[in-house]
Amino acid sequence: MKAKDIAALLDEPACSHNQKSKSGCARPKPGATAGGCAFDGAQIALLPIADVAHIVHGSIACAGSSWDNRGARSSGPALYKIGMTTDLTEQDVIMGRGEKRLFHSIKQAIDSYHPAAVFVHNTCVPALMGDDIEAVCRAAEERWQVPVVPVDAAGFYGTKNLGNRIAGETMVKYVVGTREPDPLPPAAAKLDFKIHDINLVGEYNIAGEFWHVLPLLDELGLRVLCTLSGDARYREVQTMHRAEVNMMVCSKAMINVARKLQEAFGTPWFEGSFYGVADVSQALRDFARQINDADLSKRTETLIAREETRIHKLLEPWRQRLRGKRVLLYTGGVKSWSVISALQDLGMHVVATGTKKSTEEDKARIRQLMGDDVRMLDDGNPRALLDLVREQRVDILIAGGRNMYTALKARLPFLDINQEREFGYAGYEGMLELARQMALTLESPVWQAVRQPAPWDVDVIDADLTATQKKSQGA
Amino acid sequence: MASISKRKKALSVNPLKSSQSTGAALAFLGFQKAIPMLHGSQGCTAFGKIFFVRHFREPIPLQTSAMEQVSTIMGADENIIEGLKTICEKSAPELIGVPTTGLSETQGCDVPMAIHQFREKYPQYAQIPVVPVSTPDYSGCMETGFAAATQALIETLVPDRPVFDGNTAVREGTPQVNVIVGSFLTPGDIESLKDIIELFGLRAIVIPDLSDSLDGHLTEQDFSPLTIGGMAVSELPYLAESIASIVIGASMYKAADVLHARTSVPDYRFDHLMGLEATDAFIKTLADISGQPVPRKLERQRAQLQDAMLDTHFMLGMAKVAVALDPDLLNGFSQLLASMGAELVAAVAPTNAAILKQVKAVEVKLGDLEELEIRAGNEHAQILISNSHALESSKRLGLPLLRAGFPQYDQLGGYQRSWIAYQGSRQTLFELANMLLENPRGEVHPYESILSQKLTTSTELCL
Repeated sequence: MKAKDIAALLDEPACSHNQKSKSGCARPKPGATAGGCAFDGAQIALLPIADVAHIVHGSIACAGSSWDNRGARSSGPALYKIGMTTDLTEQDVIMGRGEKRLFHSIKQAIDSYHPAAVFVHNTCVPALMGDDIEAVCRAAEERWQVPVVPVDAAGFYGTKNLGNRIAGETMVKYVVGTREPDPLPPAAAKLDFKIHDINLVGEYNIAGEFWHVLPLLDELGLRVLCTLSGDARYREVQTMHRAEVNMMVCSKAMINVARKLQEAFGTPWFEGSFYGVADVSQALRDFARQINDADLSKRTETLIAREETRIHKLLEPWRQRLRGKRVLLYTGGVKSWSVISALQDLGMHVVATGTKKSTEEDKARIRQLMGDDVRMLDDGNPRALLDLVREQRVDILIAGGRNMYTALKARLPFLDINQEREFGYAGYEGMLELARQMALTLESPVWQAVRQPAPWDVDVIDADLTATQKKSQGA
Repeated sequence: MASISKRKKALSVNPLKSSQSTGAALAFLGFQKAIPMLHGSQGCTAFGKIFFVRHFREPIPLQTSAMEQVSTIMGADENIIEGLKTICEKSAPELIGVPTTGLSETQGCDVPMAIHQFREKYPQYAQIPVVPVSTPDYSGCMETGFAAATQALIETLVPDRPVFDGNTAVREGTPQVNVIVGSFLTPGDIESLKDIIELFGLRAIVIPDLSDSLDGHLTEQDFSPLTIGGMAVSELPYLAESIASIVIGASMYKAADVLHARTSVPDYRFDHLMGLEATDAFIKTLADISGQPVPRKLERQRAQLQDAMLDTHFMLGMAKVAVALDPDLLNGFSQLLASMGAELVAAVAPTNAAILKQVKAVEVKLGDLEELEIRAGNEHAQILISNSHALESSKRLGLPLLRAGFPQYDQLGGYQRSWIAYQGSRQTLFELANMLLENPRGEVHPYESILSQKLTTSTELCL
């Protein structure tokens, strides 16, 4: 990828970081950097497309340590869980045989697995060797008549976030608009309301959590043309241009997709979240508002009223157990605010939130929810987190898997909120699971066991105390 | 002698291999207050970190030189210098390892040169050892990276002409032995290895010692940016005072050569420690080195293993097993299985190694888990032995999976189980035999005589 293309991607007019004098994406600092590369970001964004053969073109480290480790679930094909890599050898690198190996690899993947499409994920070594993966993909597509899409997001191009954007850009450039949506199924004709087509961008169906939301959309007559990319199929991505409205589920990650679809097809978009009762309802209302269908609005309100009553009743016992607990939230992007409202809903007190990956707009929303005196953490190094835990008497840390052991080693209750987690928290139903998981760790009997000194150490402390007391009495 | 069959297909499907850089990082994690800094893009480190966090369920100190567009094209020496300075300043480590990656090697970096410049620019950190090692991921695998890092460490930090100013333990009369271990020994293995050596009145200096850093223990300290245990770097100058060096794993023999050249300590080498024969040779060596009789406890454990071999040979004899692992561990399992009369019907290794010729199988395939799956299916294997990535294959084949090697993320505690010596081998045999008992094969299917007066099954059900 050319430097000017990367610069263009970093200059995102829809991203409020652009208003600042410097770009929001700063150069990583050697010796003090955490987080993934552009390849990581692109792979995460696209891997959940389940019927595609994802080939990682590169030497082994890129695929070898990362295939099959995401929580995104599929309702059908499992092809995305098959790890594929060109696994370049020293000979390939020295003799410049990467392109040739890639070409044959694409054929092999098509022959053995009959994918709906092949995605070729570029990585550092071939990018440096100068492999023209776009040309290879074009030639392979012509030869075997299966779509072959180059995802040119080598690691050194930049951060995970840039990789997300490149992934989105690639879908808009190569896939979206290459097919018209299927006609509605016959069953839809019997319904007495109009069906509207929508897209969700940045929803990954982690632990299957989107399946808490999908039935509600069905009930409202909102047909999801595509979720980019949880439980998606290639043929769904192709039809994204026909949606009446796009919802951005993870605020920043693929904001360029929503913007480009608006520019090219005039599709309006809004930002929303499926975490927390209030936010789920808001998202549903936003669909109705954008589509501007009075009947849909009416039915949406009825559904919200019914679901909220039901879920609040179910949540009541959990609220009693969780009320007043102090939370330190350290996560990126949309979750920095969307989870706050979910936690406040449960009567919990969020003492600080991480904003490293949040946009200016995210921050504004946080202030709106928590007031101006809210602590926003830009630097989430473990030491800083733990110091804040002590200072603010935090009961539980909610963060990504990366910080799990920071919490556990400091003997602090923890909840995993990022992609690797095993439980779904989205939708009204997801709130119950969220509450249960928090109570599970907060109320666990293990905390006392791991905080208590061994009995012989207690004896020593007691003996010391007695000795000191005797001394002071003697004096 | 096994024949080695090379990679023939273009695409690697469900890769078995983990990168050399990952292996090198692991070796450095076996030292106290250490931190590896991979010289590559930040993703190289992020992936490596997640890989180990999921395996060990521990925080993993691992940093990056964070190469990006400009430094990738214009040269990244400055990244190394700045990275080292930042780590020294923030964490004051006792060791920094700098493994390279595919990216930095393709770019053509000169890490020793950059370290030299770092030394000139920041003399205040002169006492912090920095060990570079070349580990591009387009050659070798985790095992070779681990070995290369250990070798680089010895080359950099074990003095050429040893100074005998006396190690405390040696002065106090406890003879010490150096123990060089390969990446295929778990923290649990190393722990049991140390116990055995101590039974002979010897003190073991394990290089690298993962049993002290990644055994999963809770410390007083709430957070550490460095390793919380491992071999002390300060002991490296005193390795020449040991009475012997013990080397476990063929992959470590080159590192052992270097140590021998530097210290002149006689060394004793073992390809692996699985099963009766290998363990016997090891115990005999310890008895010879220490001049002590074999402790009763070990004789008892030997007898227990013999008994377990008798009990399990009914299940394991002629059992068909498919194994995909790094070379040393693959060889160890093949020897253990062969000693029980089991048959290795599929053997897959990620890369070539001299030891693979010793594997007790007709052929060793250099390849991936797709190849393991195909071979295991064709040969009617009854058990798979590989890492967690083989889980999907084992489900598709309907076979039990014994998880070994790296990574193991779908179950807990893989890092603490021990495969070696009398006790570990015994436990392994039991586990394998139990897997076969749970998935019985060869039972006689009921036969219904066409002349029988029994009602047919379907009619019986109707009644």
